[in-house]
Amino acid sequence: MLRIRLVEEEIARRYAAQQMRCPVHLSIGQEAPAAAFGFALTAEDQALSTHRSHAHYLGKGGDLNAMIAELYGKATGCCGGRGGSMHLSDPRAGFLASTAIVGNSIPLGVGVALAQQLRGDKTLTCVFFGDGATEEGAFYEAANFAALRQLPVLFACENNLYSVYSPLSKRQPASRDLCVLAEALGVPAVRVDGNDALAVEAAAEQAVAAIRAGGGPRFVECTTYRWREHCGPNYDDELGYRPEGELAAWQARDPLPRLARTLSLTEADQQAMAAEIAAEIGLAFELALAAPYPDASTALDGIYRTELAS
Amino acid sequence: MSREATINAAQAINEALHLAMAQDEHVLKFGLGVDDPKAIFNTTAGLQERFGAARVFDTPTSENGMTGIAIGAALAGMRPVMCHQRLDFFLLALDQLVNNAAKWHYTFGRPVPLTIRLIMGRGWGQGPTHSQNLQAWFAHVPGLKVVMPANAADAKGLLLSSIFDDDPVVFLEHRWLHFAQGEVPEGDVRVPLGKAAIRQAGDAVTIVAASYMVVEALHACRALEAAGVHCELIDLRTVKPLDWDTVYASVRRTGRLLALDTGAATGSIAGEIVARASMDCWSALKAPPLRLALPDCPEPTSYGLTRQFYPGAEEIVRCIGKMLGLPSLPLEFLPQRHTHHDVPGVWFSGPF
Ligand SMILES: Cc1ncc(C[n+]2csc(CCOP(=O)(O)OP(=O)(O)O)c2C)c(N)n1
Ligand SMILES: [Mg+2]
Repeated sequence: MLRIRLVEEEIARRYAAQQMRCPVHLSIGQEAPAAAFGFALTAEDQALSTHRSHAHYLGKGGDLNAMIAELYGKATGCCGGRGGSMHLSDPRAGFLASTAIVGNSIPLGVGVALAQQLRGDKTLTCVFFGDGATEEGAFYEAANFAALRQLPVLFACENNLYSVYSPLSKRQPASRDLCVLAEALGVPAVRVDGNDALAVEAAAEQAVAAIRAGGGPRFVECTTYRWREHCGPNYDDELGYRPEGELAAWQARDPLPRLARTLSLTEADQQAMAAEIAAEIGLAFELALAAPYPDASTALDGIYRTELAS
Repeated sequence: MSREATINAAQAINEALHLAMAQDEHVLKFGLGVDDPKAIFNTTAGLQERFGAARVFDTPTSENGMTGIAIGAALAGMRPVMCHQRLDFFLLALDQLVNNAAKWHYTFGRPVPLTIRLIMGRGWGQGPTHSQNLQAWFAHVPGLKVVMPANAADAKGLLLSSIFDDDPVVFLEHRWLHFAQGEVPEGDVRVPLGKAAIRQAGDAVTIVAASYMVVEALHACRALEAAGVHCELIDLRTVKPLDWDTVYASVRRTGRLLALDTGAATGSIAGEIVARASMDCWSALKAPPLRLALPDCPEPTSYGLTRQFYPGAEEIVRCIGKMLGLPSLPLEFLPQRHTHHDVPGVWFSGPF
């Protein structure tokens, strides 16, 4: 979790240099679910995510160097520069992909789970998405099918209260409870404090165990909060789309010191961890900056797996 | 009345929305983010304050359902104007657009006065799903009108016409054109749908363009002028229904055609123009028509991979040079690029 935070802060710090030329959506403040689900899943389990996916990718064990290079559009990026921040992938870590259209990867995850079930694998698929995605038809349609076929899929919903600048109050009735909604669709659901890493981990472990036991899909709602702007490296609270004091209240619930306290980590422990991580991050940026861009002449390669003679 | 200063196309769109809403209480404005601090790149600024939250409202992240809701409201006498920050997000709503909006007048004789504003991204790593220019898809569907302004005045005038048109209109805004400055008449000055504009008269080659390609073509035309080659530049403004009279009259005069497109080549509007001009103006043609469009390839994100992805003024000059067999190309008269290829100007620093 500390590693995710430090990576994202470094991205934010360097974004102004205009060398990461793609939109970036940071998870600073809401890293706990990514880290906790990552712990609960094995490398064989699959994960999919959204536009805001750096944390999920790293939590699942995705390669840091390949992610940073992808943000710089370099040939060494995890998609060779074709995808950028919103399209990450690391098959070796079981991070199938993130995609940039809201709700878009939820049915994909259910489809992967269908294949897992048909193959008789012991693996499952975890789909990360935000509160906004629960408003897309694709969510209902996919969750319904997952329930119908009792598929091994874990719906990990990070409810950070906003879709861009739109608060939940403008998008869903005040009485809405996402867990009740999921249950109504036939998916057992639980809500957890998304800024409490250990609580999320416990909920994730339980859901994973139930799914592995053949219990069908599970839905875990993690309540959390995005600190910085929806897209980009800065804070944007001065725009006034969030009530005064809301950010501060959530910052006071920063998941990192909370976990450090619970684990009784000393200042020195934390500094040692941060130093080790900083070295790793420094190297990732160094490598990314030094790497070449993919050759422009390759831009049209690989549209098909099987090229047909023209 | 005319004002002294120019405004940009985003402001022009904002003016059109204010005028339409003031004029007709049935005009509604909704879409994700219309009342947020960024106000859809400032195009919806001030609307909710002025016309109230009943007529101007934010929506759930539910493109397909909300489009159907807009169609229903239109059938019941409203004039909804929806918008999406990227065309790509609206793809979730194709069912409602194609199976309802485009079909109701033909099937039930009921008008669908609906305008859908879609913004098409470009550059700064917008990548495969934030940059698609799918005008040809919409134009392919009978029953839809498809509008693509290329400057600030048209953005306003065409939007006003679209809103007060009784058919469903897909209004396509190129993100880079939001920054285009121009003189824009004040008040309710409409630009008719379905009428192209001749941006530059000439006799050498007919260049047909829409939206952002008009800007690139203007640069190319100026460079070619300097070399004594006078092209005729047609700005389509509406790509469905398309102003064939203006296109044909020009092609018959010049005998040469270059069609430009901001979308992928196969099945493009440019391809349709080449096909029809070939069929209907065959005897007037002095050279095979040419088409310049984007490659048939998803748009990559990387700065490195997009360097040669977009045809622009230079490629247009090369095409014309080839068509006319020019001994040398007036490339030195093209404007010098002071910026990276993936931004509309030096002031643009991402992310959208
Ligand atoms: C179908 C679609 N509609 C709109 C967008 C624009 N958009 C990008 S991220 C986002 C916010 C989605 O909110 P949520 O699912 O809660 O995720 P969060 O950003 O809060 O993590 C929106 C609306 C999009 N990418 N795709
Ligand atoms: Mg959210």
